[in-house]
Amino acid sequence: MISQQFEYSAPATLQEALDLLANEGAKPLAGGMSLIPMMKLRLAAPEQLIDIGRLRELNYIRREGEQMHIGAGTTHWDVESSPIVRAHCPLLSETVSNIGDIQVRNRGTIGGSAAHADPSADYPAAFCALEAQFKLVKKGGERVVGASDFFVDMLTTALESGEIIAEVIVPVEQRGTGVSYQKCVQPASGFAIVGVAVRVSSEFVRIGVTGLGAKAYRATNAEEIYTSTHDAAKAAAVVADGADSNSDIHASASYRKHLARIYTQRALKEAASRMG
Amino acid sequence: MATTTITKTEKLVGKAMRRQEDPRLITGSATYVDDIQMPGMLHACILRSPHGAANIKSVDIAAALAHPGVAAVYVGKDTEKVGPVPCGASLPGLRVPHHYVLAIDRVYFIGHPVAVVVATDKYIARDAVDLIEVEYETLQAVTDPEKAIGPGAPPVHPEWPDNVAFNYHQEGGDVDTAFAQAEVVVKQRITSQRLIPSSMETRGVVADYNTGDKALTIWSSTQIPHLMRTLVAQMLGAPEHKVRVVTPEVGGGFGSKLNVYAEEALMGFVAMKLGQPVKWIESRRENCMCTIHGRGHVDYFEVAAKKDGTILGIKLKLIQDLGAYHQLLTPAIPTLSVLMMPGLYRCQNVRADIVGAFTNAVPTDAYRGAGRPEATHGIERMVDILAAELKMDPAEIRLKNFIHNDEFPYATGTGLSYDSGNYAAPLHKAMDLIDYHNLREEQRQARSQGRLMGIGLSTYGEICAFGPSPATPAGGWESATVKIEPSGMVTVMTGSSPHGQGEETTFAQITADELGVGIDDVIVLHGDTAIVQYGIGTFGSRGTAVGGTAVYFALQELKKKIKKYGAMLLESEEVSFSDGVCVDHKTGKSVTLAEIAGASHRAMKLPPGTQPGMVETYFWEPPNFAFPFGAHAVVTEVNRETGDIEIKRYVAVDDCGNIINPLIVAGQVHGGVVQGLGQALWEQAVYDDNGQLITGEFMDYAIPRASMIPWIETEHTVTPSPVNPLGVKGVGEAGTIGCSPAVVNSVVDALSTLGVRHIDMPMTPEKIWNLMEGARA
Amino acid sequence: MQTTIHVTINGKKRSDTVEPRLLLIHYLRETVGLTGPHIGCETSICGACTVNVDGKAIKSCAMFAVQANGCDVLTIEGLARDGKLDPMQQAFWNEHGLQCGFCTPGMIMTAKQILERNPHPTEAEIRDGLGGNLCRCTGYQHIVNAVKAVAAGKGA
Repeated sequence: MISQQFEYSAPATLQEALDLLANEGAKPLAGGMSLIPMMKLRLAAPEQLIDIGRLRELNYIRREGEQMHIGAGTTHWDVESSPIVRAHCPLLSETVSNIGDIQVRNRGTIGGSAAHADPSADYPAAFCALEAQFKLVKKGGERVVGASDFFVDMLTTALESGEIIAEVIVPVEQRGTGVSYQKCVQPASGFAIVGVAVRVSSEFVRIGVTGLGAKAYRATNAEEIYTSTHDAAKAAAVVADGADSNSDIHASASYRKHLARIYTQRALKEAASRMG
Repeated sequence: MATTTITKTEKLVGKAMRRQEDPRLITGSATYVDDIQMPGMLHACILRSPHGAANIKSVDIAAALAHPGVAAVYVGKDTEKVGPVPCGASLPGLRVPHHYVLAIDRVYFIGHPVAVVVATDKYIARDAVDLIEVEYETLQAVTDPEKAIGPGAPPVHPEWPDNVAFNYHQEGGDVDTAFAQAEVVVKQRITSQRLIPSSMETRGVVADYNTGDKALTIWSSTQIPHLMRTLVAQMLGAPEHKVRVVTPEVGGGFGSKLNVYAEEALMGFVAMKLGQPVKWIESRRENCMCTIHGRGHVDYFEVAAKKDGTILGIKLKLIQDLGAYHQLLTPAIPTLSVLMMPGLYRCQNVRADIVGAFTNAVPTDAYRGAGRPEATHGIERMVDILAAELKMDPAEIRLKNFIHNDEFPYATGTGLSYDSGNYAAPLHKAMDLIDYHNLREEQRQARSQGRLMGIGLSTYGEICAFGPSPATPAGGWESATVKIEPSGMVTVMTGSSPHGQGEETTFAQITADELGVGIDDVIVLHGDTAIVQYGIGTFGSRGTAVGGTAVYFALQELKKKIKKYGAMLLESEEVSFSDGVCVDHKTGKSVTLAEIAGASHRAMKLPPGTQPGMVETYFWEPPNFAFPFGAHAVVTEVNRETGDIEIKRYVAVDDCGNIINPLIVAGQVHGGVVQGLGQALWEQAVYDDNGQLITGEFMDYAIPRASMIPWIETEHTVTPSPVNPLGVKGVGEAGTIGCSPAVVNSVVDALSTLGVRHIDMPMTPEKIWNLMEGARA
Repeated sequence: MQTTIHVTINGKKRSDTVEPRLLLIHYLRETVGLTGPHIGCETSICGACTVNVDGKAIKSCAMFAVQANGCDVLTIEGLARDGKLDPMQQAFWNEHGLQCGFCTPGMIMTAKQILERNPHPTEAEIRDGLGGNLCRCTGYQHIVNAVKAVAAGKGA
């Protein structure tokens, strides 16, 4: 329950942080909700922690036209309690309220959750359904990566060494779009055994799935079936097809797939009922 | 000087009172072991086995010793003469492995202590643990108790290749005739899975050795300070009178701290070696791996009955997963299951055979209920299975078989004498509360809509108030000292060592009533062997029934003395004492308790044959256990899609005899029920085939959260115990014991239309879903 | 590798030089001497270590002391003022919302945050809000009653 030693820096600006992160062995620390427990169990041992958790530059929620821009350092609580997010991206509000508990949501950040890429985290389901864009920055560089390219594998993202998420960009939800996040909770950890985020309108449907496989994904095959049939059960039936399902003491692979289908159906139905 | 000014007539026993111990707990000013800081204190961190079974080829501590800040590193050979870790239970032919405080050449379970690092700072100690290099030769492990005693299993202890620690047989009545005459016999394998007790405060020890006095003080988070003192003194070869054990605030125990562990002696050893205080605080991971687990049964039940539901005989083959060693009571726990196997039923013909199986796992031992939840779960499942077989109502079959009210004290086929009971009363009350007969109609409607609704009952009995000394390994009595200070203020010292049960309040209620003082005029001290006379401790729902009774008897002795002084002061032949005043009814003159207390200490004049001062000590030996009982009723609904179980209503009607403080009793029932729900629905210690503990953190071991549990409706019937003058029976374990069978019976009832007859715990959604899938196939 | 931090704890300012890896809970308990917050696990599940940092309930075992530099920290010890208990403390006492007391300081800090954000929660909202705090003794029912009592203005 005690981490290994490390050097600590609390840069005052993002630029300063990126300079420090360019050092080998440096790792960013935001809310620390994933990293610190791993360090305490000595499953992670960074040599240098760059505290980006106090950078105001990374802490904002803005609407710009048809997009929402959320600074990577914005805490789950700030997202959860934001009237702008509730009005313009209700899927994020709903999803974030499912993360951990009050204390974890008070500290954990949207960028930190994305960067950790826990296969059972809630946010990634919404990121996939929202086709979120991640603005990634490093010393001397900036790029934007979509959610489907960002999540690479279990605990692995497209982030390069020295690179951090600066911003998460999601679309402003149009009138007539219904959303839902449905989650089967792992009773001990509170993480998702499976979590399914859905956006549906008369124009489109988007389905993001977390917990089932090594990484969150967009279930395009299920989306296609729903688009052509508007049948939640038929769409849900294929949501786990081809997925290399996780299996642990909380849910076997086959049960997880079953849950993914059930929760997809629930999310589709609830989202459809909210299309208004 | 403040004196006891309140003389009162309002009785506090029976009143819902907020607790005396709470102000320090709600303000953060209580002192738990980890809160103790001492000058020069060192910190210990233990290197533990990462393997379920392995030979230790070598241990290299050089780098750890050289690490700045490290004071010492000890390995098994250094502590060879310490211990062994004691087993207090004795059974015929019991095989007892020598349990060293640090492993020497072999590790037997994951988490087995291998070395201890002592450093100036716990961060340094933790770093240095990583610098110890151990070469292991891993061995095949076995963690399933049935596999362990089956053919071809790897031996846990090479000297006993069959992995059998003991065989135990108990029989009453004529079982063979009962089964020969049976019109129906039902059989079922029923497991009671390993659980991790998970007190919120882990274990912890501080040890300090005074080199001048050659005296050792140990602060430990334990339920049994005096027994620990005796046993740790033995383990260290230290004179008992120079060992002091202090239990500061204890953050929950549930049986897991009814033990003496390697670490208490190990810290004593370190403190004596180094002459400096040392602290060890268990991490949660260590707590999951190394503090005792509970349950761990595989039970094969057979029940013989007549077609009208009359139970004729019960057979039980019980395989107890012991783990790799015997902790204090490990092998005794399943024998308690055998004692309670007939439950509340009039069945004299019982036969039980226990096989104690060694496994490569941490030892099992007492966990809330300790053997009785397993027994109750078994018999209450079997009664439901029998009811289903005979197409009888589960309530009806219970009512038919209950021991009758006029049969108490009732001698059971397992050799117990049930003290008092009215078993139908709580069942009727629970059924009324939950509206049982209308529920059955509701269930018919639900079923016609395709919904899986279940109604479950359990009627439990338990052995509490441990217990008569001949039936317990280390004395079953309890002690109390009551002192009236010169001001009239009252100090109670109890040998019970509570850790959340509220005895500082309930004992003060008893005392206040007997002496006619206010509750704030009483202080209850416990948990320091230098202050409190020898005592046994708090476990087995004995706190009030045995410890409280000792207080009561000490008070009776004290009142005799009060009256002697009162008579002397009033110059009267005969006085009465009540409500804090001695009165001579002939003259109408009176003298207060404070005046009497003052006079007894000044001792200007003494009543004939009476000592100065105002102190009495009483060691109470209970003539019998007490046997609480009750009925729980649970409504559940199973989700057809996912297998999720929703508890729609939970009713608990307990009969724990007279109630001292209803608020505390309700709290005990709530907490007990939730631990029962934990076992029924979520909790399970899981080892893999290599002996790795998969549920080694709260990330994977599911302690119930507030949002996971239903509102618990509690009610009581009151059948006083004749065993003690307070008429109390005990309630600490009742909720846990009554809960799990009621919940499982309810879910089995919900799924009975699918042909489901039994479900083992925990009833995870996946398990339920698989049962439903199986029924569909 | 030491860093100096400046913190306001229960209204008092102080500065300390700490190792970066020192957890806030260890800083509070061992450097500052506030042993009210406890350590019940190492994976930020149990919430026994909950304190309030800049108005937010947080798990102090999942935060380094250096991260609290410049912050305002409130612990259980800072709730009672002039010997008068905070209404939530009073309600836990009145309702028997604790047994062994180990989870209680963290539980009270979270319970206060629940009502700060939602003064009239439903029972389900209270139970959900307590999700980051484990209690092994009470079965939560009396804790829920305590929070309800404060919401109903009965804590004082």
